[in-house]
Amino acid sequence: MKAKFLVPLLLFLLLVGFLGYGLRLNPREVPSPLIDKPAPAFRVPQLQSPDKTISPDDLKGRVWLLNVWASWCVSCRQEHPLLVELSRNSPVPIVGLNYKEVRGDNELEGKSMDAPAELRLATERARQWLVQHGGDPYAVTAMDLDGRVGIDYGVYGVPETFLVDKAGVIRYKHIGPLTVEALRDVLLPKIAELQRAG
Amino acid sequence: MRVDLMRRLALVFALLMPLAASAGEAEPLAHDQALEERVMQLSHSLRCLVCQNQSIAESNAPLAIDLRNQVREQFLAGKDEQAVVDYLVARYGDFVLYLPPFKGVTLLLWIGPGLLLIAGAGWLGWRLRKRASEPTHKLTAEEHARAMALLEGGSDTSEESRS
Repeated sequence: MKAKFLVPLLLFLLLVGFLGYGLRLNPREVPSPLIDKPAPAFRVPQLQSPDKTISPDDLKGRVWLLNVWASWCVSCRQEHPLLVELSRNSPVPIVGLNYKEVRGDNELEGKSMDAPAELRLATERARQWLVQHGGDPYAVTAMDLDGRVGIDYGVYGVPETFLVDKAGVIRYKHIGPLTVEALRDVLLPKIAELQRAG
Repeated sequence: MRVDLMRRLALVFALLMPLAASAGEAEPLAHDQALEERVMQLSHSLRCLVCQNQSIAESNAPLAIDLRNQVREQFLAGKDEQAVVDYLVARYGDFVLYLPPFKGVTLLLWIGPGLLLIAGAGWLGWRLRKRASEPTHKLTAEEHARAMALLEGGSDTSEESRS
């Protein structure tokens, strides 16, 4: 008979358990449906030589990282030193995707410009930011001025980092700034695994 | 006389100023009102990924604006609602839908409330049946007399009330 009084307590503890688990989940981490799907195609100008373009096709046959960033992105400053360090002896090329450099910062400013002027301003700002924040870790940076490439990649919060395999298939996505732990425990082992394969 | 006219003109211009200002800031609306309504209607059922408790119709986050523009563009290209939804789900996952599809991972979400209701109703039925089968307590003649006395406004004279 006494055990009956324990029922509400047990239910309460169960609820606490669920809530405790829920607290540790990050609602901002939305699982990407693009995992194990081909990296969406694009062809956009390069940051360091805007007269040339870059496309995921140019990287076929290699494992590569795609890091989404912008000079207006505050958390990008946090992960940048790590990217610079990684680039010194990275097993794979780090490709930058500069996301809405001008428009992300000031919607109207970018829209009122013609495309060449916007590209000029964007490359100027992005390069300056790289110089100010410890260097350019990117093998090449793709300029996504209007954010269309970002939409194709399901980008919703910069920075984001994608890992693409030799066949051009997205294998992993890290949301938010990279950390030493994420790099050491998840990303680098996955890179090594993908490089061994095929 | 002239001064008066000038004043009036100045007043008219002053009153027109805010119109000019707001005209400069308004979002470029498509001229097609029906299309705009379709865009907004669909946008209301799509969740903004930046401010997660708003739909992309309500949110003014840059991404929500971009996505509304995408929806409009795809409608203009002749796609229907389902095609546009599929396009967004392919990029952002079921998370963009305020009405999640019925499938394996969402099974509990859909049938959970029903299960809870059935479980609750079952428990209630079980309790009621159990109570009905319990022997009801019949009043003794003495208890009955005491109850009547209380109902008629008299004071309780039983042993228990005095102790």
